[in-house]
Amino acid sequence: MSVLIENVRILDPVDGFDAIGELVVQGSEILARGQAPEGFEPRRRIDGSGLWAFPGLIDLAARLREPGQEHKATIASETLAAARGGITSLVVPPDTEPPVDSPAEIELINRRAHQACGVRVYVLGALTHQLEGQQLAEMAALMQAGARGVSNASKPLASLLVLRRALEYATTFGLTIVLSAQDPALTGSGCMHEGAVSTRLGLAGIPEAAETAALGAILALVEQTGARVHVARLSTRRGAEMIAKARAEGLPISADVAAHQLFLTEVDVAEFDPNCHVIPPLRGQRDRDGLRAAVARGEISAICSDHQPHEPDSKLGPFASTEPGISSLETLLPLTLRLVEDGLLSLHEALARVTTGPAEILDFAQGRLTPGARADFVLWDPAAMHEVRSEDWLSAGRNTPFFNWTFAGQTRETWVAGRPVWTRPAEDTV
Amino acid sequence: MTDTLIARPHARLPLPGPLPNRLQLTEDGQLRHMLTIEGLNRELMTEILDTAESFANMNEKAVKKVPLLRGKTIVNLFFEASTRTRTTFELAAKRLSADVLNVNISTSSAVKGESLLDTLRNIEAMNVDMFVVRHEESGAAHFIARHVMPGISVLNAGDGRHAHPTQALLDMFTIRRHKGDFTKLKVAIVGDILHSRVARSQIHALNILQTGEVRVVAPCSLLPADVDQLGVQVYNDLDEGLKDVDVIIMLRLQRERMEHAHLPSEHEYYQLFGLTARRLQLAHPTCLVMHPGPANRGVEIESAVADGPHSVILEQVTYGISVRMAVMSMVMGAHQA
Repeated sequence: MSVLIENVRILDPVDGFDAIGELVVQGSEILARGQAPEGFEPRRRIDGSGLWAFPGLIDLAARLREPGQEHKATIASETLAAARGGITSLVVPPDTEPPVDSPAEIELINRRAHQACGVRVYVLGALTHQLEGQQLAEMAALMQAGARGVSNASKPLASLLVLRRALEYATTFGLTIVLSAQDPALTGSGCMHEGAVSTRLGLAGIPEAAETAALGAILALVEQTGARVHVARLSTRRGAEMIAKARAEGLPISADVAAHQLFLTEVDVAEFDPNCHVIPPLRGQRDRDGLRAAVARGEISAICSDHQPHEPDSKLGPFASTEPGISSLETLLPLTLRLVEDGLLSLHEALARVTTGPAEILDFAQGRLTPGARADFVLWDPAAMHEVRSEDWLSAGRNTPFFNWTFAGQTRETWVAGRPVWTRPAEDTV
Repeated sequence: MTDTLIARPHARLPLPGPLPNRLQLTEDGQLRHMLTIEGLNRELMTEILDTAESFANMNEKAVKKVPLLRGKTIVNLFFEASTRTRTTFELAAKRLSADVLNVNISTSSAVKGESLLDTLRNIEAMNVDMFVVRHEESGAAHFIARHVMPGISVLNAGDGRHAHPTQALLDMFTIRRHKGDFTKLKVAIVGDILHSRVARSQIHALNILQTGEVRVVAPCSLLPADVDQLGVQVYNDLDEGLKDVDVIIMLRLQRERMEHAHLPSEHEYYQLFGLTARRLQLAHPTCLVMHPGPANRGVEIESAVADGPHSVILEQVTYGISVRMAVMSMVMGAHQA
């Protein structure tokens, strides 16, 4: 099927393209961007007046909870929430139940994703057997089954020796290793940033050094092995500085940050708000500003949702005993664009952090609107006001601190492989 | 083409979560719950202490009972073992003529996997009027106050490392009885500040009452991050920290601190931070020695000091009843108003 969207403002961060014109979709691919080929007659025409078209978002970290935790969410429920949020490709960490440490789990997830709304779902394979941190997982088999990279999610490794061997082995196959920088002993039983607020609330703190000490070890081993490592979800200013320095020295390392880390701080935890219980924790104002600066300079090249939907009971209890995480697929795009309003990034830079940036990290072909690219894109209505409301929330996890926040702009339609996977209901406007 | 989004006015970002007082005070500033000292004002603190004073006079009489809370049911909901705190709450409730139910959960429901909220709902269903809660997790009392049915008061009898407001109030009561004005006092809190809910509540209370100087004295491994931001002077040397102080508050040292590498040994701790008769001489001659109990003699305090003329440790226990009566009667009053 061929579709022509006319009078739409096309924004393509891959080369800074920005013009009002025609976006032409042929089958599952982009045929033309700007102007349709002469004499082209589409099967369908869409009036894109007043709308923007930009590549669908690629989210590097989203828990879909399937298999194993379907009481929290399912692939079906969360891919629909992603589509509403303008996300067309999701990367799932391997900490499902059971973990993704054999081709069977990858096949299961792929099968469920194919039955869902159409948003692309990619899997990171386990770095170690059962994520136990001891014995290496069968990475070659995982890669053949479709794993985009390998990771131990947030689970610790037994030693730096295991990490070294895992990096070496993964490098044999050119796999990107996704690591979280979090020293388990320094993290201990901590549940929020160690600082003035944790002291006031009497909550066990996670010191900055839990991130920087782990990062120091990772950087030393990247230098030793030459492995391609992506550090997931930085939380400290100092950590961002370490990444920037390592990149300047030419190490094959990249990093992302969860969108909420760019807006919230430890202060938002008060008084014991379980929706602000996240790991790594919300840190201080200086950290938030440092992370923002690193995103602006491109040293942190991707913003992810770090989506972790929970059933209500998981968040009903004293702060430390609630489960960490925010349901965030539906706020990734609005928060990223808020960075433009805040004057931190240009519109193209902001879009790059959620499209071309993550695409580069895991070698995705999508994340662009150039002819021949996959027709994954968002039709965005910049004039619609959008209040984050529980009534029209699609994720099965309603654990977000962003309810009642109001944003400029809203997703009108989300397309994957040349067909719409989500269209905003007519009454869904503020 | 500009890079700006279409400019539209949008709602301001919501304020961060509710301040402590939005939960524990009524709209006209009365105590609805007693969750934390933080954020209370001087007038309310003084009112609590004055009310406690009237009960203290009564507690010294032969008939020690008033009918203020007759027909009310108070539940002591203790998820953590405690003898002293629970019995003084129980006695306070009984002297106000309330019915008291003691529920110790540490060994029953929690083990069976019943959630805190389920436990709460079940006891709530018995038409009770007040929960006195002790729990090992910081924020537990806030959590319960947030979810309890309207009309039920929650008194925090200690939550994790966060707060122990009635302990701090009875300490303030004791200090006030002996010293009167707080503004000229120097107070030193000595020991494991990091893990102490008592210290946190005392620091807030002393600052609200405009105490001249509040000091904390501890090794760096027992001090929480940015503790100075609570409004204290930090000392790592006990001799310096005790110089000219009017009140010394010793904190209990738990044995498990050695296991988690906070300290090398009780012996070294006592050498450096134990309150001995010799060290007491560095303080003001009329200095009070206080301890929230139970004291580890020979670990943080010498017996001669704990039982000596400066010690008001047993008075603290006595006044605990009056202060808890004051708080209980005030929160019930706020609900009836």
